[in-house]
Amino acid sequence: MKKIYIIGLIVVFAVLAVFAIRSFTNIASGDGASNEISYNFQIRPILSDKCLACHGPDANKREAGLRLDIAEEAYKALKEHPRAHALVPGKPELSELFLRISSTDTSYRMPPASSNLPSLTPEEIELIRKWIVQGAKYEKHWAFIAPVKAPLPKVKNDKWPKNEIDYFVLNKMEEKGLEPNDEADKARLLRRICFDITGLPPTPEMIDKFISNNSSDAYEQMIDTLLQHPSFGERMAIPWLDAARYADSHGYQDDNYRSQWPWRDWVIHAFNENLPYDKFVTWQLAGDLIPNATKEQILATGFNRNHKITEEGGVIDEEYRVEYVVDRTNTFGTALLGMTIQCARCHDHKYDPISQKDFYQVSAFFNSIKEVGIESTVGGHETFAKNPRMDITQEDLKGVLSFMNKSDTQGLQVSVMKDLDTARKTYILSRGVYDQHAAEVFPGTPAAIMPYADTLPKNRLGLAEWLFDPRNPLTARVFVNRVWQDIFGRGIVKSPGDFGMQGDLPSNPKLLDWLAVDFRENGWNIKRLIKQICMSATYRQSSVVTPEKKKTDPENIYLSHAPRIRINAEMVRDLVLASSGLLNKTIGGPSVKPYQPPGLWELATSGRGLLATYRQDHGASLYRRGLYTFIKRTVPPPSMMIFDASNRDQCEVNRPRTNTPLQALIMMNDPTVLESSKAMADLFIQNKKNPQETVTEAFMRIINRHPQKNETDLLLQYLTEQQVYFNSHPDDVKKITNVGEYKAKTTASPELAATMQMIQVIYNMDEAITKT
Amino acid sequence: MNKEILEYGLNINRRKFLSRLSIGLGSAALGSLLIPGLFDGAAAEEEAGFIPGIPHFAPKAKRVIYLFQNGAPSQLETFDYKPTLVKMMGQDLPESVRNGQRLTGMTSSQKSFPLVGSYYSFKQYGQSGAWVSEIFPHMAGIVDDLCIIRSLHTEAINHDPALTFFQTGAQQGNRPSMGSWVSYGLGTENKNLPAFCVLLSRGKGNGQGVYSKLWSNGFLDSIHQGVQFSSGENPILYLQDPDGMDRTSRRKMLDKVAALNEMELKEFGDPEIATRIQQYEMAYRMQTAVPEIMDVSKESDDIIKLYGPECLVPGTYAANCLLARKLSENGVRFVQLYHQGWDQHGNLPNEMRGQAKDVDQPSAALITDLKQRGLLDETLVIWGGEFGRTNYCQGKMSVENYGRDHHPRCFSIWMAGGGIKPGMVYGETDEFGYNIVKDPVHIHDFHATILNQLGFDHERLTYRFQGRRYRLTDVSGHVVRDILA
Repeated sequence: MKKIYIIGLIVVFAVLAVFAIRSFTNIASGDGASNEISYNFQIRPILSDKCLACHGPDANKREAGLRLDIAEEAYKALKEHPRAHALVPGKPELSELFLRISSTDTSYRMPPASSNLPSLTPEEIELIRKWIVQGAKYEKHWAFIAPVKAPLPKVKNDKWPKNEIDYFVLNKMEEKGLEPNDEADKARLLRRICFDITGLPPTPEMIDKFISNNSSDAYEQMIDTLLQHPSFGERMAIPWLDAARYADSHGYQDDNYRSQWPWRDWVIHAFNENLPYDKFVTWQLAGDLIPNATKEQILATGFNRNHKITEEGGVIDEEYRVEYVVDRTNTFGTALLGMTIQCARCHDHKYDPISQKDFYQVSAFFNSIKEVGIESTVGGHETFAKNPRMDITQEDLKGVLSFMNKSDTQGLQVSVMKDLDTARKTYILSRGVYDQHAAEVFPGTPAAIMPYADTLPKNRLGLAEWLFDPRNPLTARVFVNRVWQDIFGRGIVKSPGDFGMQGDLPSNPKLLDWLAVDFRENGWNIKRLIKQICMSATYRQSSVVTPEKKKTDPENIYLSHAPRIRINAEMVRDLVLASSGLLNKTIGGPSVKPYQPPGLWELATSGRGLLATYRQDHGASLYRRGLYTFIKRTVPPPSMMIFDASNRDQCEVNRPRTNTPLQALIMMNDPTVLESSKAMADLFIQNKKNPQETVTEAFMRIINRHPQKNETDLLLQYLTEQQVYFNSHPDDVKKITNVGEYKAKTTASPELAATMQMIQVIYNMDEAITKT
Repeated sequence: MNKEILEYGLNINRRKFLSRLSIGLGSAALGSLLIPGLFDGAAAEEEAGFIPGIPHFAPKAKRVIYLFQNGAPSQLETFDYKPTLVKMMGQDLPESVRNGQRLTGMTSSQKSFPLVGSYYSFKQYGQSGAWVSEIFPHMAGIVDDLCIIRSLHTEAINHDPALTFFQTGAQQGNRPSMGSWVSYGLGTENKNLPAFCVLLSRGKGNGQGVYSKLWSNGFLDSIHQGVQFSSGENPILYLQDPDGMDRTSRRKMLDKVAALNEMELKEFGDPEIATRIQQYEMAYRMQTAVPEIMDVSKESDDIIKLYGPECLVPGTYAANCLLARKLSENGVRFVQLYHQGWDQHGNLPNEMRGQAKDVDQPSAALITDLKQRGLLDETLVIWGGEFGRTNYCQGKMSVENYGRDHHPRCFSIWMAGGGIKPGMVYGETDEFGYNIVKDPVHIHDFHATILNQLGFDHERLTYRFQGRRYRLTDVSGHVVRDILA
């Protein structure tokens, strides 16, 4: 503790010193370097947010015939006032745009009150004035220009960087007058990489071994070991399942069972095999179209069949078939392109150069599936996967699908992709309504992103090729950004599903581009990318936040310390089970139903189907990792939802991270947590640990570091108090130890109850569920 | 600055504070600790211009109770009296009346569409002279407190999209529920209770299930998610301490947790840790506050009599109506009830009577109860389903037995309190009860009107997500000014 204080003080002084130097140089240089206004970073966000809804790409909503997202259009004489121009480069006083945004006359000012948009701030107006003075030059949207590797920036503190990432990060820090934190202590660092790579906490043995290993490459070795661990695939699968809206039920009204888990097993397998990202995605988009496709490649296409499928009697078939096509199109846009193309379903996009025609051109790739809107209402086996579907046989399990975890495949089917022999015609749908056909369209992509080459086949396989063309500006950026987000809690682009005009700008554009190009140049190697990030000095910093840093960079955008992030819903469960030794490490197989408060499914059901009642599992199935918890879409598992898991209703690439009393109640009262405390306490008593050992080991299992003295003292004291209490309350001993199916090997003693309570306290520490 | 505006100003600050630090419910107390003056009027005024103009105007209603009749009760057997249908019993629905309306797959292949009149009789009640069916004697008794709208219409013709439309303003997609919007806009009045609570019950009629996406926060923070209350020992999930742990033990345990978390806060300086400490305190308070609200033993005999004996049976519609009053009275902004069992494709005369018996007395009691307490003026109560029913029979028809399919073009709901005109009947359908002939109210209009009563311009209560400013009313909707008191 003392040591950390001292380090903290040093950091504070260092930061103060840098501040002093910075403000001095600022005065000296007049900060003149940044006088050039950047259209992409300073002007476009203003125009997009405040102007383009009425003066942008959507022709139907365009006011006064004025378009401000294209230079030539903005420079033209105004349709309604031919002697005036919205923009006159170099001359703000003649530019109608400037005059209007800066006017105090509300009848003249833009944006008008009727738009419900706030007026521009004085700073924004000044930026636009400067930009016009400098020539009102337009640039292509940053995300539509293919990334290139910039040379590594110069940094003052050249001792700090450990790899390329650090040059970019430190350069930004130095620009902002920030200094990096020291490296985190070894135990906390180990916990971090364990969660980031495997989603599981380190064991006490791992911790002691790692701390005592003083070889220079101990850290790297540990990363390599963890990357080879089969838990890696499970960890990586979770955000991908969110993006792919994977679930165990069909969704919609009756929400009956669906057998799509073999696809989930494939995702885990693919990550563990380190299947390159281009193959990983190509198989999912178009595995069935690859010449001589294997059953594994066809299974991968389940990605595009994970959407909800209705079983509500009486629906209009085409209405829902179109809905599925739209869902695939939206998912393609959000998950792979990071674009909100769904906005162009009913009209041209308001902000991005994506027309309604573009939307339906992309949808044409997904419109020829041999499927119907409603295949069956609630029923048996034959309804668990919908056509087109693939049988999985015993032979497959021995061969090409050997990674699947199931001994009996009788009747096992999974929904996959297969096109009709003759392509279905695709039309623009007026207002997005399923039966309002307008002009016919053909497969294609938005030209503003990258034109679709004539040489590419006009099918999903061609679309995958387009996606992985080195000139595609989005694919690599979008994926590295999401990996970054998973690790740092915030993407370099904060809006991982929107790289368009309304999206957030990258906080460190050169870093994003460098990582994207590097990822592509190195064979789309996912494990390599993760190792690269974990090896950086940026990643290894401690997460101490000084008041100065909190003030300069409250959101830690420039990463001058490691973020403290609450671990995700699945990891909370995994931590609890792994630390107590209850965790069942089986990988894959049908999803399981652990403890859940009674009545949730029963109260909401239509009464039809397998999932009308919650049939909780027993024995080892109660202790599976979080990602195997059964997801019934209309009533998703509550303990997961309270920790912000996705309800898998549609593609999701950015889970919120909240901090609520309901989360506290789960840690206090969820039988899984209570049972784990009991199992761990039981273990300590069996092994005859003394109180000091008990406290230390429980702490190490859950918090994954040695407790400090004040922590030990507090817990020891509590343990003693509880022991005294339970000695005189035998009834409470019986009650409190009677939780969960786990049968303690030792008797229900006051010692067991007291130890349980002490462990409960540790589970409820903030640090338990936080990457620190 | 008037008091209401000020109060709402406080919420802006509270909300901004919450969203800025992305922390949850209950952090208000912490907020005042960390930033003294955060929630006092001066700060509110100073910052009022930041989120342009919330509240947009002084609200009429502070809270909403929505009695959702899940499955879609027939308008023709409840509030929309159509003697013509009785007269024309068995004759085919004229094509000129249907006029291209799409039908669900359940009746689209029917060879004929025989008109069928209500099995139940209707009478006029109250000063307003509104027609009410015999199955709703209690509602008929308070009809002068209600504003019956007979001209609701929707586009959806199936349960899932229709319900989703009602609750979220869109048929598809994962958008925030109405209650979540209200929680987002108004914040919470009681820091020991969630701002948006959900209560479920089920009648004996044909049911269609509900889905938690109906009370989902969508893209809003999960603190705005509807919290489902259940009738068991744990009214809120995970609320109850384990057997063998009393309140003193819990307090001791939480003190230790807090002490450890404070050590961590000292070391790392991360305000999220302070928030976590505060969330545990709030959880502890909820453990007392919620069971107190659930306890009906202190309700007077008169109240029990008013709601009917069923209100003592946890999980019934009657019990939920009583609980709704208690939650609302304690500051819950939006109480959403769902009562299942209103999907009468067949066996309608029999099933609807049973459904009506469950809901008639408690619904009326809720209005009377709120009125007695002087709360009706500031509480908006809504009763209704997700669409209407066809005027023609689905399946076999006899005088004693018939069914009705889904019908989107017209249906009836009622609203009461919260600045809505009492004793009014609004909107009119044709003599066939098939098309609206006067004052149509679309779902977007309905939403716009509710938000208006709560002090929001529905076009300005927006949330920016993935580049777009979303609103409950999507891109349309008009406030139905004619029904405002």
